[in-house]
Amino acid sequence: MRIELVVNGEPREADVWAGESLLTTLREQLELPGSKNACEQGECGSCSVLLDGQLVCACLVLAAQADGHEVVTVEGLAEGGRLHRVQEAFVEAGAVQCGFCTPGLVVATAALLDRSPEPSDDEVREALSGNLCRCTGYAKIFDAVRAAAAAGAS
Amino acid sequence: MSAPARRELERGRVGETVRRSDAVPKVAGEFAYASDLHAAGMLWGHTVRSPHAHALVHAIDTAKALAMPGVHAVLTHEDVPGEKRYGLEFRDQPVLAFERVRYFGEPVAVVAAEHPEQARRAAEQVRVEYEPLDPITDPERAHEQPPMHPQSWTQGHGYRDDPRPNVLRSIVIRHGDPDAEGDVSVTGTYELGIQDQAFLGPESGLAVPDGEGGVDVYVATQWLHVDRDQVAPCLGLPAEQVRIHLAGVGGAFGGREDLSMQIHGAMLALRTNRPVRFVYNREESFVGHIHRHPARIRMEHRANSDGKLVCVHATILLDGGAYASSSTAVISNAASFACGPYAVPNALVEATCVYTNNPPCGAMRGFGSVQSCFAHEGQMDRLAAALELDPVEVRLRNALAPGDVLPTGQRVTGSLPVADVIRRTAALPLPAPEELPRDPIRLPGGAGNTTRGEGVRRGVGFALGFKNICYSEGFDDYCAARVRLFAEADGGLAAEIHSAAAEVGQGVAGVMEQVARTELGLDDVVLAPHTTATVDSAGSSSASRQTWMSAGAVRLACLAVKEELERRGGSLAPGEEIDLERVYRHVRTYPLDPDTGQVVGGDRAHVAFACSAMRVVVEVDVELGLTRVVWIGTVQDVGRAVNPQAVYGQIEGGTAQGLGLALMEEIQTKDGLITNASFTDYLIPTALDMPPVVSELVEEPEPDAPYGVKGVGEPPTVVSTAAIVAALRDATGRELTRVPVRPDDICL
Repeated sequence: MRIELVVNGEPREADVWAGESLLTTLREQLELPGSKNACEQGECGSCSVLLDGQLVCACLVLAAQADGHEVVTVEGLAEGGRLHRVQEAFVEAGAVQCGFCTPGLVVATAALLDRSPEPSDDEVREALSGNLCRCTGYAKIFDAVRAAAAAGAS
Repeated sequence: MSAPARRELERGRVGETVRRSDAVPKVAGEFAYASDLHAAGMLWGHTVRSPHAHALVHAIDTAKALAMPGVHAVLTHEDVPGEKRYGLEFRDQPVLAFERVRYFGEPVAVVAAEHPEQARRAAEQVRVEYEPLDPITDPERAHEQPPMHPQSWTQGHGYRDDPRPNVLRSIVIRHGDPDAEGDVSVTGTYELGIQDQAFLGPESGLAVPDGEGGVDVYVATQWLHVDRDQVAPCLGLPAEQVRIHLAGVGGAFGGREDLSMQIHGAMLALRTNRPVRFVYNREESFVGHIHRHPARIRMEHRANSDGKLVCVHATILLDGGAYASSSTAVISNAASFACGPYAVPNALVEATCVYTNNPPCGAMRGFGSVQSCFAHEGQMDRLAAALELDPVEVRLRNALAPGDVLPTGQRVTGSLPVADVIRRTAALPLPAPEELPRDPIRLPGGAGNTTRGEGVRRGVGFALGFKNICYSEGFDDYCAARVRLFAEADGGLAAEIHSAAAEVGQGVAGVMEQVARTELGLDDVVLAPHTTATVDSAGSSSASRQTWMSAGAVRLACLAVKEELERRGGSLAPGEEIDLERVYRHVRTYPLDPDTGQVVGGDRAHVAFACSAMRVVVEVDVELGLTRVVWIGTVQDVGRAVNPQAVYGQIEGGTAQGLGLALMEEIQTKDGLITNASFTDYLIPTALDMPPVVSELVEEPEPDAPYGVKGVGEPPTVVSTAAIVAALRDATGRELTRVPVRPDDICL
C-alpha cells in the first residue's frame, strides 16, 4: 500500500507491505538509517522518533499507521547545519562510544527537555530508562543531558 | 562550547581529552553501521538455523525454497567452495552444518532473495531432515559422553594431553608445595551463568562480488585480517581476492571475534554475482555469536593467622559449548588468574573447559578473569571473616607487587600498583545513608513502588581484580600501521594513517590520531578507512591490547616518516609524499609447560597486567529480594591515560557490564535451547539500574609500553561483579555463591 507522511518537515511517500514497521520504511525506503535496529521489539529505544511530537519506538509503529502523520527522526534534529544542543552536548560530554544507541537517546533527550526543560537527575534516569546503552554505563549520557538542559536555559 | 574550542579538542595530543572524530556523525544519525549498508542490485541474505541442540542431519531439500518468488540462491554445505570448516583458533566449526548440528541456532543453509521477507519465508521452506540426539548439557558429565568432535581438534597443539572425551583443554598449574597447610582454611564453590555481550548493533554486513572472482566484505568485526584468513580458505580463494573492510561497529565486547555472516554473505554474492546484505535480528543475534563461559569453580584458601596466604587450591570448570572458538585461551586465563592479584607461595590450579551442546562460548570482556575474580574475591572475604580481619586489610597483606612470582612461575616486572589501588579505593568516601521517606525511584524496586523502605538493608562490598594485557602464552601477534605524510596545496604538511585496527566504539581511532599528532607535531591528521586492502594486520581489538599495540605501530611509522622527512631536508613539495608502514611487536611471551603449568623457554607467559579495585554500596529489600546499587567507587591502574575522558567512559561502561552479570544477565537454556533470546527476557542494565560511578586513575607508566599505556576496558568488568555481590552479602548475610543473584537468593 502507498503511504504519505511528513518526515523531518518534508512530504514523503512510500510503498509498504502490510507488516512493515515505520522503522523499516525509514531505514530501507526513505534513506534515513539514523534510527537504529537494535531489538525491533520496543525494548531498547534505539529507534526512538517523534510521531506527531510523541516519543515512540518506530519499530512498534506500522508504517501504515504513520500515513498522514508527521515524523521527526534523529536526522531532523539539526537545524541550518548546526547540531541540536542535545547532539552537541553528547559530543562534548563523551557520551558516544559505539554510538548505536545514540540516535535514540538524542531524540529521547530532546523530547524530555521539550516537556521538562530542567529535569531532576531522577527524572532524567526515569525518562531515559527505555533507551539501552551497552557501552557507556550512562554516566556521560547523564552529563550530556545536564549540559544540554543548562544550554537550553542560558 | 564555541567552535574554536572544539577544534582544539579535536587536535589533542597523547594525554589530553580529545573529542571523538566519529562523534558528530554518530549523534547526527549519519554514521554508517554494518546494518545500514546498501548497494545497487543488492539481495538480502537469511540463515536457516538448527532448531535442535544436537541432531544428525540426514537430508536438506532446498527445491521448494529455491522455487519461491524473488529467491536467487539457496546454499548448503555442498556449495561451500573450499574448506568446509572454519574457526578462530581451530578449524572445528562447519560453515554450514553437515552430518550433524551441535548447538541451537547452528547455520544449516543460507538464502538470498530480492526482499528480506522473501528471504525469510524461503528460509522457512528449506526442509531439513533431522534425527534429534540427546544433547550433552551438563558440563560436569561431558567427559562421560561420546565425543562431539572425534577429531580432537584442540589436541596436539602443545597443550596438556587429556584423553577424556569432550575435553577442549585442561590445565594444571603446580606452584610451590600444594600440600602446604595454614592456620585456617576456607572453601567455597562459585557459579556463574552464561552472559551475552548484547552489543546493540546486531551482526550485519554486505558482501560485494568484484566481477573477477573475488569479493569485498563490509562487516562489523574485531580483527579484519583474521576474518580474511578464515573466509578465504572456505571460499577457495587466495587471501588477496578477499578484502575485508570495517563497517560501523555497534559494540563488540568479544562477541565479534568469531565470524557471523562473512562466509555466508561472500558465498551468496559469488554465486549470484550480486551484492548480498545480512542483518540479523535480536533473537538471531543471541545465537549469532559466542558468549561468556558459564563456570563452576571450587576454591580452598589456606592462610596463617596473620592473614598471609599460604596455599590456594582451585578447580575450575568452564562450559565451552559446541565449538572451540577462543576457549583454549579463556581457560588458560581463568587458570592463570585464579589466585587473583595476591602473592601466593603455593598453589594447585586445575582448570578444564569442555565441549557440550550448550551455546558456544568464547571471548567476552574480562576473558576468564571475570569468572576467577568472582571466586577468589568471595574467598578473600571468607578468609577475612574467618580471621576476623577487615576485608581490605586481608587484601593489602597479600597484595601482589613487582618482584613477586605468579603461580605460573612468571615474576611480575613492570607496573602493577596493587596496594596503591587498594588503599586509594578504600579511601574513597562513601555516600551517607539516605533518609526515609524518599522518592520510590531511589528505593529497591524503583518505580514499581514496592516498598517505603521498611525491609531495606544497606551493605558495603569491596573487591580486587586483575588480568593480562595483550595476548599470552607465545601467541605473539603484531600490529602494523602505515603513515602517509604529504604536502597540501598551501605547502602545509598533513598525514593520513592506514590501520586495520577495528574501532569498535572503544576509541582506538582517536588514540591513533593523537599519537600521530604527537609524534609528527601536526594538527592535520586523518584516519583512512580500516581495511585489509591497504595495510597489514593490526591484530584484534580485544584483550585490552589495541591501544597499546596501535599506539606502538603508529608511533613507529611516524618516527620512520619523520626520519625520511629530515633526510629530504625537512619539507615536501606539493604533490610529494612519504608513505611508510611499520610493524610493532610487544615483548615476547612463552607457553606454559603442559604438565606443570609453569612458563617454559622464557620469563613470561603474559606481557603485562592491569589491576582494579572497587567499593560498592547496595540497598536490598530483603522481603522482596529487590536490589538497588547505590554507589560505586573504583580506582584503576591504567598505565597512562591517552584520552582521559575516554578512559573514564571505559571504566563506567565496563562496570555496568559487571553489574549486569551480578544482578540480571543470564542466557537461560533448556536442553541446550536458548529460552530468553530477547531484550524482554535477557535484561541488561538501564539508566535506572546504574548508580553514580566515582573513578580515579593510577597512572604509573608501564615500562614496556608505548607512552606507558595499558588497556583499560577489561579490569572494571573483571572486578565489578565480585564487588557488587560482596555488598549484597554484607547486606543480607547470605553466601550468594552464584551470579546473577536472583530475588529468591536474597529474600530472608
